[in-house]
Amino acid sequence: MFSQTHSLQDMRQQAAVAAKVFIQRDYTNGTVCQFQTKFPSELETRIDKQQFEETVRTLNNLYAEAEKLGSQSYIEGCLACLTAYTIFLCMETHYEKVLKKIAKYIQEQNDKIYAPRGLLLTDPIERGLRVIEIAIFEDRSLTR
Amino acid sequence: MKNCEYQQIDPRALSVSPASAQNHAEKKEQRPVRKWEVFPGKNRFFCDGRIILARQSGVLPMTLGLIVVTCGLFFAFDCPFLVEHLTVFIPVIGVMLFGFVVVSLLRTSFTDPGILPRATPDEAADIEKQIDTSGSSTYRPPPRTKEILINQQVVKLKYCFTCKMFRPPRTSHCSLCDNCVERFDHHCPWVGNCVGKRNYRFFYSFIISLSFLTSFIFGCVVTHITLRCQAGKSLVQAIQQSPASVVEVVICFFSIWSILGLSGFHTYLVASNLTTNEDIKGSWSSKRGAEDSGNPYSHNSIITNCCATLCGPMPPSLIDRRGFLPSDQAIPSASEIELPPFVAKNDTHMCTQSTKDVLEMMVHASDFNSLCPAGTPKTAPLGLEASSAEPPSTEPSSPAGCSQHHTCQSVAASWPPFSKRSKRDSLHSINPAFRLASPSPPLSRTSMISGHEPEFGFIPPL
Repeated sequence: MFSQTHSLQDMRQQAAVAAKVFIQRDYTNGTVCQFQTKFPSELETRIDKQQFEETVRTLNNLYAEAEKLGSQSYIEGCLACLTAYTIFLCMETHYEKVLKKIAKYIQEQNDKIYAPRGLLLTDPIERGLRVIEIAIFEDRSLTR
Repeated sequence: MKNCEYQQIDPRALSVSPASAQNHAEKKEQRPVRKWEVFPGKNRFFCDGRIILARQSGVLPMTLGLIVVTCGLFFAFDCPFLVEHLTVFIPVIGVMLFGFVVVSLLRTSFTDPGILPRATPDEAADIEKQIDTSGSSTYRPPPRTKEILINQQVVKLKYCFTCKMFRPPRTSHCSLCDNCVERFDHHCPWVGNCVGKRNYRFFYSFIISLSFLTSFIFGCVVTHITLRCQAGKSLVQAIQQSPASVVEVVICFFSIWSILGLSGFHTYLVASNLTTNEDIKGSWSSKRGAEDSGNPYSHNSIITNCCATLCGPMPPSLIDRRGFLPSDQAIPSASEIELPPFVAKNDTHMCTQSTKDVLEMMVHASDFNSLCPAGTPKTAPLGLEASSAEPPSTEPSSPAGCSQHHTCQSVAASWPPFSKRSKRDSLHSINPAFRLASPSPPLSRTSMISGHEPEFGFIPPL
């Protein structure tokens, strides 16, 4: 009942955050932006391990795509250098395009999977790409 | 009710109970605050957050001045002669190089080098919880490190006490800018900014193009003087006819050595995917043998390393200077502009310079002791709990300790009325969704203290 009638905004304002879980960065492959897929124990009662890992893995793939060293990024880099970097004033970089994709994906995941379970993912870019913050809301359904 | 001072209660601000916070809310909501205005590092912002510079611009004006003056003299005095005797392409090339140099320099200076925003209080508390395995509330004095494996090599991550987080690999804290910068290379005073992940390519193109420019001008001026001498005049006469050339030669001669040296050094760094910081510290030097240590970030190919560093994707700025603070956070900032910020905020510390100065003056006035650890921000949170037990035991420092304690207590005494109010304000005014429901008051206070600027670390927990 709670999950169907309330939007994310309402939930943020009405529910109290019981705890916050932080998914840290995984540096085993260097400084590329990757997050640990280890399932935190606080989420055991709330969500499926598979679903959580799927979300984090998709995010990792998206970030890898943003930072990929391929021909597209090289062309962009060389073009930028030749135009004395003024091209960035009018063009959006590949990284920024992927970040928009990531924001949309997180929004979608929140709406479909996490909000109905009383969880909220925060886009890592708002935390300086350091952590994925998951807010766990108090389970009102238990008290009613 | 014209004699009544209270404003109409805004239904949106119903969660905020004290009337004073409401007044602040009304005033602040009219002017949304951008994040750069409350940025905790020592940076200066221009054009409403579009341009970022270090607090001390160093010798950036001098760098620009030297380049502009030298090129100006070149175009004014040498170019006419050379155009006449050689080719018109000389000033064309000169202008292109000059343009490239100035644009690279300005981009290096005004771009965010890859500043990492400081950890939110929740994050900092989470990290503290994970580190503090002993379970006691005292902080361990030695610096904290975490070892991780990167490409099968052990790398130590250090904990940054100012930013309250474990620094990612290759990140370093710049003390001049008071920020953690990703892929920190060095703080360049000539450019007036740190050189890090986001502006290294601009810095590199600046020094390369500057080497070309200085060599070009040097060559042209020498050609100019030589041509004049060949036309039958003596060297002295030639110089008398074009005195500006001497100035240019002198400037170029002295800069060429340093600039070419620097370009060569940075070319080596780019080819091996190293930073100046790592090279100076010898982090990956092969003293233990090539198999043991080697740069784990290198792609083991010079071309790939160069491409990755210079032409790789441009990462975005993580500090979001021009974003607006959410309205629930703008409220604490209003109350904290006059008051010291004791309470937890969601992302940035809203200290004003004046409050910091007053407290710093107080700290430096009394003998520096562990009771007031504001002078060494890196150990401040650690020294806090330990120091509260120390003063009675150490005899020689006890008079100083007592006087300090007294000073601190008197300050603490004056602050509590404000602190309680601001604490209550922000606890209510911060979005109720983020009120921690479970932790008991001492834990929340400890976590709040750990999230503070070290200057306020001396206020004893109430």
